[in-house]
Amino acid sequence: MSVLVYTETENGKFKKNAFEVASYAKNVADQMGTNVTAIAINAENAEELGAYGVSKVLNVSNDQLSTFNAKAYASTIAQAAEAEGSKVIIISSSADSKYLGGILAAKLHAGYVPNVVAAPESTAPFMVKRTAFSNKGFAHTEIDSEVKIVGVSNNAFGVIENAASASSEAFTPTIGDADFGVKSIEVDKVVGKATIADADIVVSAGRGLKGPENWGMVEELADVLGAATACSKPVSDLGWRPHGEHVGQTGKPVASNLYIAIGISGAIQHLAGVSASKTKVVINNDPEAPFFKAADYGIVGDAFEVVPELIEKLKEFKAQNA
Amino acid sequence: MKILVCISNVPDTTSKINFTEGDTKFDTNGVQFVINPNDEFGLTRAMWFKEKQGAAVHVVTVGDASVEPTIRKALAIGADEGIRVNAAPKDGFFVARQLAEIVKNGGYDLIIAGRESIDYNGGMVPGIMASLLDMNFVNTCISLEIEGTEATAMREIDGGKEKISTSLPLIIGGQKGLVEESDLRIPNMRGIMMARKKALNVVDEVDSPTPTADKKFERPAAKGPVKLVDAGNISELVDLLHNEAKAL
Repeated sequence: MSVLVYTETENGKFKKNAFEVASYAKNVADQMGTNVTAIAINAENAEELGAYGVSKVLNVSNDQLSTFNAKAYASTIAQAAEAEGSKVIIISSSADSKYLGGILAAKLHAGYVPNVVAAPESTAPFMVKRTAFSNKGFAHTEIDSEVKIVGVSNNAFGVIENAASASSEAFTPTIGDADFGVKSIEVDKVVGKATIADADIVVSAGRGLKGPENWGMVEELADVLGAATACSKPVSDLGWRPHGEHVGQTGKPVASNLYIAIGISGAIQHLAGVSASKTKVVINNDPEAPFFKAADYGIVGDAFEVVPELIEKLKEFKAQNA
Repeated sequence: MKILVCISNVPDTTSKINFTEGDTKFDTNGVQFVINPNDEFGLTRAMWFKEKQGAAVHVVTVGDASVEPTIRKALAIGADEGIRVNAAPKDGFFVARQLAEIVKNGGYDLIIAGRESIDYNGGMVPGIMASLLDMNFVNTCISLEIEGTEATAMREIDGGKEKISTSLPLIIGGQKGLVEESDLRIPNMRGIMMARKKALNVVDEVDSPTPTADKKFERPAAKGPVKLVDAGNISELVDLLHNEAKAL
């Protein structure tokens, strides 16, 4: 009856969102008077999850699962839920978890609610708050199926330390060829840099930068902050930056702690994709840019003067607070 | 090749989002409905398969008669036939179950849905459908090539992309990248005239669980005014981000 949480790994290490979903699962388990069991795939230090309230880790060691496969992973999680008798399953909002969420829901005949931004308001009935209408609204959604799946929004709940001592045991799901109808041929992924999906800070720039040759200062600002770089839709449409950097309604969603928008006017489609970020800073030479209405902090000024100055001030700040 | 494009009828991006009946329903008053943007990229890719590889393209929407203009628009863009499942789309599971029935009865090789709709943002319909039908499924799909029954796709992942090989029958959760924004088509007069003559079949809903229900909606809390920092005093911004926003 424990709450099951799927804690994602990458190259054997837990992703940051694993600790957030574990923290969330602990909250749900406390409300329901039960414990948290995690399902992890090829995790090197499964016991690490104890710090976030997990009591038991089912750790799968399987070379076939070394690369993400939505169907095989969903099958693994479903088998873990059945083995544990879990009725509530917590997953993240990563691209992988959103990929497997629907498959898992159908396998377990479960109600699945993604984009959840807070701990359940109650567990009987099971009510959660989630974003809807591309961040222009929230829904309070009830799940009334026997098995329930909650997808937690990135950075919405936070990582909460809650020491428990986690035991780890091997878990061997039954995985067959039928699970691998979709094969990964090649993964092309930036390594050693923050990604838009899990960065605390995202630095984004738009057409106000005038051309791709001016992105050096954006990258430098991102480096100083340990941030991911992003861009507006026109910039990716013009080919100034790769499509993978496009954030907004039809691009990647952003839910970072800090979002810095440089030379982006703030079209409604852009705001729909980034407004889940906690603190938004806008740098734009046009005081009428709509983004100023959606931002927390703003500087009206020339990006080519403001950004280099900001980099210097941040370097000083980092040096003092190192 | 027979393609089914699953279309969600959604409020235009610029719509004001309001709620009615004690905040239990989305207020459609004055709202313009459009083809969900993620689905429109998929529909446009389907047109490419039609023109280059002779595919037949059907479109389907779950909804009452008010969604028919959106289906007609898809027909005007070039889809051959429309299907409307006559039911209120209650939740993601329900919609996926309805669409799965259409797929099962229609013998489709490729089913293209969007990665998510821009209204309820559930993003689960293609995955549930794939699991119910036991078909191959690629989500956040940004490119797709079909050769015989073999498919090569690109999937957007966090921090990069992944090349995938799979086979038909296949379900896609599509998005921008399947085609570019500049490839999207505006129906011309001839297309609109032809669309009037194309079949739009209305079918009844099938029984389905509805495991989730939106009980109440709310709008985000009103945001305070932006705090402007003078361009000559950048230190103040760093200070605010550190001490006030706790973002550094």
